[in-house]
Amino acid sequence: MIQLDNLTKVFETPKEAVVAADHISMNVPDGEICILLGPSGCGKTTTLKMINRIIRPTSGKVFINDEDTSGMNTQDLRRNIGYVIQQIGLFPNMTIEENITIVPKLLGWDKTRYKKRAREMMDMIAMDAEAFLKRYPSELSGGQQQRIGVARALAADPPVMLMDEPFGAIDPINRAVIQDEFLKMQQELKKTIMFVSHDIDEAIKMGDRVAVFREGKLVQYSTPDDLLAAPKNAFIESFLGEDRALKRLNLVKVSEVVSTDIGSVHPDDTLETALSRIDDFGYQNSILMVNDRHQPAGMITRAVARTTKGYCRDHFQSAPPIVRLDDDLRKVASLMFANDTTWLPCVDEDGRVSGQITQRAMTHHLGARFRSRPENSASIRPDSNAVKE
Amino acid sequence: MELLLYAIDNIELLGSRTLEHIALVGVAVGIATLTGVPIGIAITKNENLAKSVLYVASIIVTIPSIALFGIMIPILSIFGQGIGYVPAVLAVLLYSQLPIIRNTYTAINNVNPALREAARGLGMSSNQRLRMVEIPLAVPVIMAGVRTAVVLNIGVMAIAAYIGAGGLGTFISRGISQSDPRQLIVGSIAVSLLAIIVDFSLLALQKRLTPKGMELDASAD
Repeated sequence: MIQLDNLTKVFETPKEAVVAADHISMNVPDGEICILLGPSGCGKTTTLKMINRIIRPTSGKVFINDEDTSGMNTQDLRRNIGYVIQQIGLFPNMTIEENITIVPKLLGWDKTRYKKRAREMMDMIAMDAEAFLKRYPSELSGGQQQRIGVARALAADPPVMLMDEPFGAIDPINRAVIQDEFLKMQQELKKTIMFVSHDIDEAIKMGDRVAVFREGKLVQYSTPDDLLAAPKNAFIESFLGEDRALKRLNLVKVSEVVSTDIGSVHPDDTLETALSRIDDFGYQNSILMVNDRHQPAGMITRAVARTTKGYCRDHFQSAPPIVRLDDDLRKVASLMFANDTTWLPCVDEDGRVSGQITQRAMTHHLGARFRSRPENSASIRPDSNAVKE
Repeated sequence: MELLLYAIDNIELLGSRTLEHIALVGVAVGIATLTGVPIGIAITKNENLAKSVLYVASIIVTIPSIALFGIMIPILSIFGQGIGYVPAVLAVLLYSQLPIIRNTYTAINNVNPALREAARGLGMSSNQRLRMVEIPLAVPVIMAGVRTAVVLNIGVMAIAAYIGAGGLGTFISRGISQSDPRQLIVGSIAVSLLAIIVDFSLLALQKRLTPKGMELDASAD
């Protein structure tokens, strides 16, 4: 756990004293990623760098796993905190192996142990140890270099990581790939991470919690969903953007909105049955046809059912696109727009129909969160330390 | 043709004078490197000190060599070393300080701040940073300073012949006093060739001392 207690930094300039971070108090629980978000000059980077004393705090304390770090030797403190910076900062005079093993060497590991560790780290970041360990940073692409930067920070297995816009200098396509890889790693590693970003989309994607800073103050600290659903003030609303409801689509899974109440027909049913079911369920245009294993097989439209006699198996249209229970609503919305439909069938891991998702249910779900009051909307309460309005 | 014959006739003397010359400059710049590099590193910690040190070193270089030898004769006479080897080496040592200190200072100061921050963030002490990161990265620039010092002082050392230090300058000083253009020209050409050859050899050495990863960096640009 990382705990900040009234952490403050005042920079004395010849003209005046500038308060870069003003009594910042917050907790990051074990195994979570906390994103420090805000415009430039808001104090997020200063706050981060006070944790490993790259910037010395004017006042306030930092606790890591309940231990007050102010009593610790600076070098010891830093060797126990993984640190990744935007400029990557691999040492050009050292091979990839030498770069990765710096902290283990500083900690006095023996040679066989740190050599083995370098290989483990390469496996972890999915890079070929044979091909890369003996090469130099200048021979690697930006994306590869930052993977090594992350590996170097994790080499001594620190419980805590600080990341200062780690993926900011990487092109958008590679950035998304590295973010996904990193999240996958984090699922296993469960590090406690502070992560500075100025990109709201990155914050929502990467963060278990998001702390929004402005002019040296922590304004709101909550889960991404709470942040988007219940921004505390006009500044946060404008910072999140007018499409903040759309950004929430990323955060909600189909399983949260799915309705298991779905009418369907079998290929052996008559069209007459299909028509009555369409009416029973109150569907406007069509009903899903499933096979014996309950997998989507096609669609019977109202027009066909009303005007034709016969069996469904002879008169169906191709099945609509399907979504899985662990897809997010952004994909659902995209499929709905692309296929001009207001509902989609949902399937489980075996491809069996388990329900449907409708545009109505989506808007209702998102709207419900917006309508509720911030006070009772959030299940976790990290906000209590944030600045009160 | 006449010059060539003179050079061939005196090849042995030419050779020994060249070695003498190299030894003088080598010892002087060698000592200068041992003093200049630590000074250059030390002054990166204090900007005001750096300014003063570089200022003094610059002033030394502006003193004409013949004047410097002149000043040193009475001072070093106290120790019975007014002329000859000691004042020559001492002068070159002083002249070498500027390029070596300045290049060391600049190179260490210009290490990418991101690398310095990464080194701090990983938990290196300031000595570890210096040894593992800053000095290796500064080597090419420090070596360039040493090269400048050597080439500059091969010329200065030619004048040291006037205070009896020996070296290739003897051909030039005798050529002038005996009105013998053969000695004068052969001596001058030998000094110039020596400077060029030594410069190239030191360039090769500089490349070998440059950390491998940085060489790749340079070739990519």
